[in-house]
Amino acid sequence: MPPIPEQSSAGKRAIPGTLVFDGDAAQSGYAINAMCYSFNHAHNREAFVADEEGYMDRFNLTEEQRQAVRNRDVLAMLDAGGNVYYLAKLAGILGLGVQDLGALQTGMSLEDFKAALLSHGMTETRVAEELGEAA
Amino acid sequence: MSRICGGIFTSHVPGIGNAIAKGLQQDPYWKPFFDGFIPVHKWLAEEKPDVAVVFYNDHGLNFFLDKMPTFAIGAAPEYKHEDEGWGIAFQRPYPGHADFSWHIIEQVVASEFDPVTCQSMLVDHAVAVPYELCWPGEEAFTTKLIPIAINTVQHPLPSPKRCYELGRAVGRAIESWGGDEKVVVFGTGGLSHQLEGERAGHINVDYDKFCLRNLAPDPEALLQHDTLDIVELAGSQGVEILNWIAARGALRGSVRELASNYHVPISNTAAATVLLENSETVHA
Repeated sequence: MPPIPEQSSAGKRAIPGTLVFDGDAAQSGYAINAMCYSFNHAHNREAFVADEEGYMDRFNLTEEQRQAVRNRDVLAMLDAGGNVYYLAKLAGILGLGVQDLGALQTGMSLEDFKAALLSHGMTETRVAEELGEAA
Repeated sequence: MSRICGGIFTSHVPGIGNAIAKGLQQDPYWKPFFDGFIPVHKWLAEEKPDVAVVFYNDHGLNFFLDKMPTFAIGAAPEYKHEDEGWGIAFQRPYPGHADFSWHIIEQVVASEFDPVTCQSMLVDHAVAVPYELCWPGEEAFTTKLIPIAINTVQHPLPSPKRCYELGRAVGRAIESWGGDEKVVVFGTGGLSHQLEGERAGHINVDYDKFCLRNLAPDPEALLQHDTLDIVELAGSQGVEILNWIAARGALRGSVRELASNYHVPISNTAAATVLLENSETVHA
């Protein structure tokens, strides 16, 4: 029999190390995600860099969200309802790639985070005869 | 009658777009991934599909959380990619096929699906990267795009079974189109990866191999897990396999794997490219 999925206190299924971006997160994170969505436009990215506090005012970020942004604390941004697809746009402004984000969130060095990914390293290829090298 | 000649399933990591922009296809880090497209290029040169129906997920270019459709079908004369926040915009536009889009919309609604319809729609890296991978270079794209976006961002997501059934309905719609266009179906995203949280960097080779092994011969095997099962198994972005499941649903003929390339890692992702042939079933 498969194990019974773990339930959190709110009756939601708990997945280790993973925040499921649901309606609760979508509500609590609306402001920070709206700000990050605006970063699709270069002039908005420039405006944020010029005046972070003023820009966060425009989008009515909560104090928790502002503090997370000030501290560049990705886990705190997630806890405050940030969605990684939107936060990735903020990360770009801060010069952080997804591997930098991974290192920050797991407490690893960038080198260790990359090494952990490479520990799964493999390539497996199948090609039908008619599309193979000789074809 | 229109015919679906096959399916292309591929990861759509934004970093692939960067690598294309920088010409890194032969770089040792990237080459094992890009080499997976050699058989795809041969097949496309042979088949020359007229239309690509692309199942993908938007990452916050066209849709924000103010209005988040579970399923959305593009019905525009042309689509564009734009800056998603990191400054890259692929320049080549994607020609659309609005009449064919509307036919698909009519038919899937008749099949009791309720998609959002988009006469104006930006497409993000989840469409742009697969197009660039399949048709590299500078020449204008000639394969017309019909984009179908599936919500993989904000839970509740549609179930794997619902995505598969949507794909089946889209497949039936394509087959019933009066034109003689040849169609290729795409499923983009995946395989296992997770960008956020304490489990960032999560990769699950066993689950990925399960998907790759069953995609052609037994796609319904992928429906045994519900959406949150897949999040647990494949990671919170690995759930993009929903796009593959929908695309596989559209292949209703006799399906055979022509090529499969699984390469770990690209960026934070277990990357994969699969090419499936879809032939007419032979009836007695």
